[in-house]
Amino acid sequence: MSNARIQPRPVADTTGRPDFISIKNFGFWYGDKKALESMTFDIPERQVVAFIGPSGCGKSTLLRNLNRMNDLVDGISHEGDIAIKGQSIYDPGLEVISLRRRVGMVFQKSNPFPKSIYENVVFALRVMGVNNRAVLDEACETSLRKAALWDEVKDRLNDNALGLSGGQMQRLCIARAIANRPEILLMDEPCSALDPIATGKIEELIHELKTQFTIVIVTHSMQQAARVSDRTAFFYLGKLIEYDTTEKIFMNPGQAQTEAYISGRFG
Amino acid sequence: MASPSSDNSTPKGEPWVWFTSVGLLIGLSMVAGLLGLVLINGFSVFWAPPVPTVKFKDGSEIVGQFVQRRVRPNSPASDPQYERQYQIGLRELNSTSYVWVDELNIIEEKIVPETLGLERMENGPAFITPKTIVDAAGKPHAMDATAFAMIRAEVEHASEIRERVLDINQNKIGLVNAEMEETRISLRRAEDRQEPTVVLTDKLKTLDTKFAELKKEADEISKLTARAQLEGVDAKGRSVIIPFAGIVRAWEPNRMTTMDRIGLMFSRMHEFLFDAPREANTEGGLMPAIFGTLVMTVFMSLLVTPVGVIAAIYLKEYAKDGTVLRVVRICVNNLAGVPSIVFGVFGLGFFVYVLGGTIDQLFFSDQLKYNNNTPVFGTGGLLWCSLTLALMTLPVVIVATEEALSAVPRGMREASLAAGASKWQTIRDILLPASAPGILTGVILAMARGAGEVAPLMIVGVVKLAPTLPIDGLAPFLHLDRKFMHLGFHIYDLGFQSPDSDAARPMVFATTLLLIILVVCLNLGAITIRNRLRARFKGASF
Repeated sequence: MSNARIQPRPVADTTGRPDFISIKNFGFWYGDKKALESMTFDIPERQVVAFIGPSGCGKSTLLRNLNRMNDLVDGISHEGDIAIKGQSIYDPGLEVISLRRRVGMVFQKSNPFPKSIYENVVFALRVMGVNNRAVLDEACETSLRKAALWDEVKDRLNDNALGLSGGQMQRLCIARAIANRPEILLMDEPCSALDPIATGKIEELIHELKTQFTIVIVTHSMQQAARVSDRTAFFYLGKLIEYDTTEKIFMNPGQAQTEAYISGRFG
Repeated sequence: MASPSSDNSTPKGEPWVWFTSVGLLIGLSMVAGLLGLVLINGFSVFWAPPVPTVKFKDGSEIVGQFVQRRVRPNSPASDPQYERQYQIGLRELNSTSYVWVDELNIIEEKIVPETLGLERMENGPAFITPKTIVDAAGKPHAMDATAFAMIRAEVEHASEIRERVLDINQNKIGLVNAEMEETRISLRRAEDRQEPTVVLTDKLKTLDTKFAELKKEADEISKLTARAQLEGVDAKGRSVIIPFAGIVRAWEPNRMTTMDRIGLMFSRMHEFLFDAPREANTEGGLMPAIFGTLVMTVFMSLLVTPVGVIAAIYLKEYAKDGTVLRVVRICVNNLAGVPSIVFGVFGLGFFVYVLGGTIDQLFFSDQLKYNNNTPVFGTGGLLWCSLTLALMTLPVVIVATEEALSAVPRGMREASLAAGASKWQTIRDILLPASAPGILTGVILAMARGAGEVAPLMIVGVVKLAPTLPIDGLAPFLHLDRKFMHLGFHIYDLGFQSPDSDAARPMVFATTLLLIILVVCLNLGAITIRNRLRARFKGASF
């Protein structure tokens, strides 16, 4: 039933910059353990790219490198480079905070702050020093509308966010991630803890959001990758096996491993 | 055929449940025993039982309140003989307030309805048979049906006057004294610098006159009740004359109804909580000690919380993991195990002499020079006590805060950083509010430990009797340099330093009870706040 509500996937927007995110010979280590083999590919502007692959294949690691969340881990190192709009994210002149303000992130477990719904949504603006009530009100409403949550919570914006349902919490986290209008939205298995109805709502949301944001989504559900993404990257054991349009990957994969994975023979 | 589960080789867990519960049982029964003992003995201070007249074989009599019964020393174990202790009071006539008598010598214990109990400012209580009441105008009245009502009225009148005199002596004369002290110091300074002193000597004269006037006023007021007195006889038939001015309370122990006794109990409890001590602390109230304990504990919490939390934030969030950090952590944990007296010695050596001495040198040099080298901060006081205890409880707060910070879900930290918050913003806006309940738990533990601590306080500023409270109406209102009274020290002082240990014993229990209640109240307050905070973060546990 929920699937029926998902609109057909719109044709990929090809007017944007094709190398919006550019990954060049990028490899990554946790201590001595190599987590990502050197890989090179581009993510185009205002498209949805899905990372798929079995657990431990490095898809989340790569995602968490795009906004340098891996900096929190001790003993990491990398080779190669990742550039957003041509600027390296490892540029010493680039503050990691300003990078994260341009690259929003939604996590696997919804993680609202123990604050009011309103304060959750405007958090990113508050930390940027915005305190003008009108600006915050406007951002709160816009983000909640974009996250398809406005109608459900507009009368209780001052209630504690922890009183929401699981699906509502995850949409609240999406609203929080887009409140300061980032250019890129990273989603790390955003629907893994949700029921099909909530999943449907979030997928619908991804379709709407991609007119404004470049979205990278990590997912374990191949149906979901097929439904929401324009391009798909398949990872296996830290290697990028194949990266192409979603149609090509699912209809006519170029690699035997890809085919085996999407047809459910392993992983 | 035995079923497999009742087979002898099957391990059974149940006996071990009983075994482990024994530990809890022992602990609980010890706590219950302690509380019961303290409760029963503590409440006996306030209760007024009937006062018997005890007749002996040799024809003599005593009137006194029964205290306790015990096996007479050296009596054979097979045929124990008992002796009884009575509180007979009237120290001006009897050599001691408490007597032990052999039960074998007692012919009878009779209840004489006329017996009057008196609680007095000095010389302990008195149990007498009243004969004549002399009122404030000097007119004698014989004992009749309304006599007791009259006694009570006179006692009330006398205590009103006593309070008025006390108000003049303590507050008004206290103010004049403080001003005189200051003027004298200014005068000495002016003389030293050979500056004109006329203004100051004049001021001193005015103050002297004011002082004399106040003294006169107090004398006049106390004269109002000077003639009122109570005449009676004690058990030995000696005549006793007690001025009403010296009576705190009068009751008829053998005529009272239970309601009267309960009323008297509440009146005594009120005095206990809200009045100053009398008679070398063995009677009267504990207000200064309660107040001192409370102010010191609150002040200590205010000092230890910010320092502990900031230190824990640095250790947990900023410090680089490594040998140094591990050593620091071990040191912090060991600090919690250092005996408190060591902190007291450190407090005296560093806070009082070094810090306090330096403050005196820098800011109160005039005071030192012209006031016979009397130190201000260079001696024990409220500030140094609070600081010493804050140092002692610091590890508790640090460890609790570190644990509370670690318990904040990783997702919350990541969400905040991913939203573009800096590390400091994440700590301030997300981590600290979310770990507030855990931090408060640490503060509760620190308060509980601090409020009950005595040893270090004895050497950094707690005294047996402090004439003034640490907070009063005299600017700057909070006197951090003042010495103060503390319930824990009070217990020690009453129990082990009191000249009349029999008289002090009930007060020891009552004070202990009060200290326990105070600690429980402080903890309940903090727990309420913590639960409120926790309710705000409920559901945040994933």
